[in-house]
Amino acid sequence: MRNEPVVQVQALVKRYGDKTAVDGLDLVARAGVTAVLGPNGAGKTTTVETCEGYRKPDSGTVRVLGLDPVRESAALRPRIGVMLQSGGVYSGARADEMLRHMARLHAHPLDVDALIERLGLGSCGRTSYRRLSGGQQQRLALAMAVVGRPELVFLDEPTAGLDPQARRATWDLVRDLRDDGVSVILTTHHMDEAEQLADDVAIIDAGRVMAQGSPEELCRGGAENTLRFTGRPGLDLGSLLKALPADSSAAELTPGSYRVTGKVDPQLLATVTSWCAQHGVMPDRISVERHTLEDVFLELTGKELRS
Amino acid sequence: MTATGTYAPKPGAAPLPRMIGAQAALETRMLLRNGEQLLLTVIIPTLLLVLFSSVDIVDTGEGEAVDFLAPGVLALAVMSTAFTGQAIATGFERRYGVLKRLASSPLPRWALMTAKTLSVLVTEVLQVVLLTVIAFALGWSPHGSPLFVLLLLVLGTAAFSGLGLLMAGTLKAEATLAAANLVFLLLLVGGGVVVPLEKFPSGVQDVLALLPISALSDGLRDVLRHGAGMPWGDAAVLAVWAVVGLAAAGKFFRWE
Repeated sequence: MRNEPVVQVQALVKRYGDKTAVDGLDLVARAGVTAVLGPNGAGKTTTVETCEGYRKPDSGTVRVLGLDPVRESAALRPRIGVMLQSGGVYSGARADEMLRHMARLHAHPLDVDALIERLGLGSCGRTSYRRLSGGQQQRLALAMAVVGRPELVFLDEPTAGLDPQARRATWDLVRDLRDDGVSVILTTHHMDEAEQLADDVAIIDAGRVMAQGSPEELCRGGAENTLRFTGRPGLDLGSLLKALPADSSAAELTPGSYRVTGKVDPQLLATVTSWCAQHGVMPDRISVERHTLEDVFLELTGKELRS
Repeated sequence: MTATGTYAPKPGAAPLPRMIGAQAALETRMLLRNGEQLLLTVIIPTLLLVLFSSVDIVDTGEGEAVDFLAPGVLALAVMSTAFTGQAIATGFERRYGVLKRLASSPLPRWALMTAKTLSVLVTEVLQVVLLTVIAFALGWSPHGSPLFVLLLLVLGTAAFSGLGLLMAGTLKAEATLAAANLVFLLLLVGGGVVVPLEKFPSGVQDVLALLPISALSDGLRDVLRHGAGMPWGDAAVLAVWAVVGLAAAGKFFRWE
């Protein structure tokens, strides 16, 4: 079951006039949480909205839960939950009123009161949507996406503009959804969000997937990692190198300050410390620098994330 | 393996009648809660009816002024809800992504439009009841067949809905707001609602008579004031507007 793809996008192309928003994008998302990570304008929203059935591909194919989102929309819509980047609510509606309405459109909705409580929407009271804070509007949109007990939820930048507490609450809900068997596709330009939540990350730039894999795979794959330690100056690095795997390197940056680069894993750490022990070296300030998703992203796209 | 947690998937659309009923109820509540909409749909028609019936502002011809005014104000009420109100509300729903969000819900588009129509009809029933009670209090003595009146009101609703949705689905929300109000005002003056068409020059009269508001107010007046049979000419004008408006709205309406 886990290996059944929930979303399959093949060679998707979508243009708006002269501008190519999505340019031959391939993406397979399986059960669990998939983060679509990329800078603004990378094509994240276009990709997700094509999966939701809002946009017809100019070419390529899209299958969501095995269905064509445009032609088989009627069968697909009850099975997915959608959180738009903004809006989606009558400006004069109250939060609980809109959520109850969405619940009524589904056969087996969640307990609305419990969901209101869970997402702290009770504080919205009788305030109409247009007067809610940005965070309250975001949480309502999230609640509307999950209230119908969907199999698959699309969240388009679910934590944009949220304060840390609300962001944490959103993360917790996404984790609970996954634990209860709901698949989640979320777009974000926050590296830490992808790292924290996703089983699988697709890095998108300029309308294409640049890399895809688990956060660990991505961090291990592209970038080199670094181990640093200090000891007495002038250690025999040649003998250290012999003990290390072939693709590693070692250098004394300043007298007594050493750097080892390569595939930094528990084995490498053990090799370095036992080599030190054999040579009577106390490796002070030993530290491991593993690359973050941000490093990987910058290596792949060569540019800063724009928020 | 079946997941059993709180959020365990159990998807499914609600039965259609429940979805349409819920949607119509929500749309009606939104409309009745909106102050500007109430001004258009309730306060202005009521004020016009009371004011023009009790104060001799416009020469409405022989007989009680209210007998001339009540059919016109009923036509105005239909226009205010089916055209002006629906255009403005739908335009802003489009602008704020409400239509977009509903498009990915289990509610089919046709069911959304059905719900909108039901909400318009419910509002019109409330308007007609209120205006009829007030008109009777002002000494109104209607004639004619209620069936003909009903048929004209339904045709008028279809004609105005098509035009309102066409506007809402093609213009920006702000443009719709401005244009819908302007059209409301122009048709109020030039559509035989409170000012008899005979007051206009004869060439202008012929053109004005082809407007949906003129056809509706003239048709209602024929029946309610003069006890005439079904005014087929006016009904035909409304039917043409309805077919053209709804077809154009169906073709050009953009959901985002």
